[in-house]
Amino acid sequence: MSAALSVEGLTTSLRIDGVWRDAVRDVSFELARGETLALVGESGCGKSLTAMTVMGLLPAGVGRLSAGRIVIDGVETSGLAEAQLEKVRGDAIGMIFQEPMTSLNPVLTVGFQIAESLIQHRGLSRRQARERARELMELVRIPAAAQRLDSYPHQFSGGMRQRVMIALAIACEPKVLIADEPTTALDVTVQAQVLDLLGSLQRDKGLGVLLITHNLGVVATNAQRVMVMYGGDVVESGEVGAFFANPRHPYSRALLAAMPRVDRPTADLSPIPGQVPTLADMPEGCRFQSRCPLREEACARRPPLTPLRDDPRHLTRCVVTAREAS
Amino acid sequence: MIAYLAKRLLLAAPTLLAVLTLVFVLVRIVPGDPAFVILGDQATPQALAELRGRLGLDQPLWRQYAAFMSDVLTGDFGRSLVTNRPVMTDVLAVLPYTIELTIASLIIGVVFGVPLGVWAARSRDGFADWVARIVSLAGLSFPAFVSGIMMLIAFAIHFRWFPVISKGVPLTDPVERLRSLALPALNLGLIMVAYLTRVTRSGMLKAMSEDYVRTARAKGMPTTIVIWRHGFRNVLIPIVTVIGLYLGVLIGNSVLTEIVFNRPGLGKLIIGALEKRDYTMLQGLMVIYAFIIVVVNLLTDLAYGLVDPRVKTT
Amino acid sequence: MSATASPARRNAFFGRATRSPALMIGVILVAICIVMALFAPWLAPYDPDEQDVINKLAGPSREHWLGTDSFGRDTLSRIIWGARVSLFVGFVATLAGVVVGAAVGVVSGYFGGWVDRVISGANDVLMSFPQIIMGIILVAVLGPSLFNLILAIAITAVPAFVRIARGSTLAMKERDFVDACRALGFSNMRTMFAHVAPNIMDELVVMASLWLATAIRTEATLSFIGLGAPPPTATWGGIVREGFDNLLDAPLLSIFPSIAILLVMIGLNLVGDGLRDATDPRAPT
Repeated sequence: MSAALSVEGLTTSLRIDGVWRDAVRDVSFELARGETLALVGESGCGKSLTAMTVMGLLPAGVGRLSAGRIVIDGVETSGLAEAQLEKVRGDAIGMIFQEPMTSLNPVLTVGFQIAESLIQHRGLSRRQARERARELMELVRIPAAAQRLDSYPHQFSGGMRQRVMIALAIACEPKVLIADEPTTALDVTVQAQVLDLLGSLQRDKGLGVLLITHNLGVVATNAQRVMVMYGGDVVESGEVGAFFANPRHPYSRALLAAMPRVDRPTADLSPIPGQVPTLADMPEGCRFQSRCPLREEACARRPPLTPLRDDPRHLTRCVVTAREAS
Repeated sequence: MIAYLAKRLLLAAPTLLAVLTLVFVLVRIVPGDPAFVILGDQATPQALAELRGRLGLDQPLWRQYAAFMSDVLTGDFGRSLVTNRPVMTDVLAVLPYTIELTIASLIIGVVFGVPLGVWAARSRDGFADWVARIVSLAGLSFPAFVSGIMMLIAFAIHFRWFPVISKGVPLTDPVERLRSLALPALNLGLIMVAYLTRVTRSGMLKAMSEDYVRTARAKGMPTTIVIWRHGFRNVLIPIVTVIGLYLGVLIGNSVLTEIVFNRPGLGKLIIGALEKRDYTMLQGLMVIYAFIIVVVNLLTDLAYGLVDPRVKTT
Repeated sequence: MSATASPARRNAFFGRATRSPALMIGVILVAICIVMALFAPWLAPYDPDEQDVINKLAGPSREHWLGTDSFGRDTLSRIIWGARVSLFVGFVATLAGVVVGAAVGVVSGYFGGWVDRVISGANDVLMSFPQIIMGIILVAVLGPSLFNLILAIAITAVPAFVRIARGSTLAMKERDFVDACRALGFSNMRTMFAHVAPNIMDELVVMASLWLATAIRTEATLSFIGLGAPPPTATWGGIVREGFDNLLDAPLLSIFPSIAILLVMIGLNLVGDGLRDATDPRAPT
């Protein structure tokens, strides 16, 4: 069985003040069916940009896929024209966004917004699509779904809207679901409910989920594999267990050290010194070097993403820690 | 929806009272003695006293106000000082022409302005955007009488495509009536085209960058559907706002358009009343304008209920 | 304390302003009009009121570049002198409208409560009445004179400035420095006019530049109707009317002053839009 999503050497460029700069460099990964891959990093590290590139939603003239291959459910989408891409989006791949408050159209009923892609991709009649939308609303556990089909987004709470977003994204039973910070804007209790819902849908439907988050707690409880991004580079990737037990990249370590944990006094929290450099003054070589405690001469050249000798599925883009492990 | 309607109607009542009060005050701020102003310095004291009596000017102010309000609210606008016909009769005779002109201009504004605005937003800084900029700049810059005269010279006098004087044509001759409506409506519509192009363009630019448009694109909706169903449906809200706001401007400019094209209507009536110092006619006309404004506001609120689901239920 | 005066912001403003060709064209058009108004006695080839009885309604010629009107007066000279009336009425009426409107609006927004409700309620009613009709009625009621013309146009301008000043003051009140002023024990008057007013200047200036166009248009419109500055004063609207009354004999007589009006309108609109874009780079044009 082929992977739900396979990305190879994806490079995304943004035009800033008339100059094209690589904002995401050479990202490769495979997402199996039923698997959750977490994409982690600070804001501006390229997580969302990677997701938008996979979706083919880069704004024309501002962003472009400058290299790499994207294969969604066996169909190569990189290089497809917009009209062909539209057939894949919403069908084989769905996406939910961070802001449930603004991601739904305020002037259309939620029932119609869910039904719309079924009419578009599956050729369902309005009535059939409406019936299916009701089922989907029940599936995402919206109470009194039949009565709420004709409600408008403003009549829903944030958590309920995010459920609508999920129903909308999975309407055509996609193989891949990209969830971009799906719970960041929600209350903690609602967060857990939404993640729980995502997890059960994933098991039932064999969805491959690309979970974008900056919350390592969410990663630990919901993902099987994790990829850490910094400055547009994947700096570490591996199984969740191995990653949390022994993070290899200095940036991953810093991220974990900055995370509040119940088993540790908050006074031990150490914020990462310095700031993410802007695209224009990104250092040559390792992009983390300006903030890295382990920096050495070799960091001036771009380090390769190196598998660890003891765990070939665990990779780090750091010459120093890769050497340590071997 | 019905509750919303009722609430709007209730809210319109105080506005109407306030506008009517404004009309009363405006007509009463004439410096000096209105009777004297009307009749001129040749008038005999008897004539002045008689006119004051007829206008109710010998009464205390509060009584004048009460009489004015009760007359207006019972539909009695008095009689013209010049023709002695009831003001209402003269107004109703020409009102259809003004309404016809205003609605035709509004339609022209919507038919040309809205698509131009959408088109301009789609090709930001491209050809369409420049057309939209020039059209809206022209619409905002032309005083109605200037554009009217230019159209008259070009299309009626030079090319002879349209009649120079669009006098009253009975509805039994619809072709001729439309022909005489064309230029005035185009002239008045130019302003609406300008406003609607602007608001549609900026509204579309804003809507197309909203998160829900991204959601629609993520669902794989074709570009045409994304633009019209997801983007444009939301722009209807500011479009309704602008139409409501600038219908007043349109009504104001209809006065000039009617003068230039020598068309019957409230505008010509108001100018005639000014020249002859027909104060009851003037007062009656202002009351009519006040009613029109209140009705326009009411219709705008209703339109909101149709285009914005958030209005109905909250 | 005043955010408007920061040099960095000013520089950014001028940077954006000078890069906009539309704004520059607007400035040039308005400047031409101002020069015409200021130097009318030296620029005009004839006395604007001098009648040439044998040369009535003449077309353009070497003596009269833009022809003559029905009294044989030189159209070019009357257009140049007409710039004076238009600009004078426009500037004074807008200035009066800004000052009165801003004062009322700041008071309304600053105090809030019933003061605000009464003022903004009355203002909405005033604003709902079509501006041209209001102008016509006011001049008609007050009687035609230059002063009454200015007064009428100023009155129609007031509500727009009340609304914008009130809105900006309400927004300003949310910021800390009004509380700071109160905490320092400044009087309401001092807080309002020394600290709140300067901070809403940007918006008022942009609005005023757009309203200047409206005021001049209203002046021309009222002159066209015959409610402008009394004759024989040369006004653009008045000359258009002259031409309109003789449209079949001398169509050019109405065209030339119309072009003058148009160029000023275009100039002022370009300046207004340019200023708005320069003060708020995010505002879509």
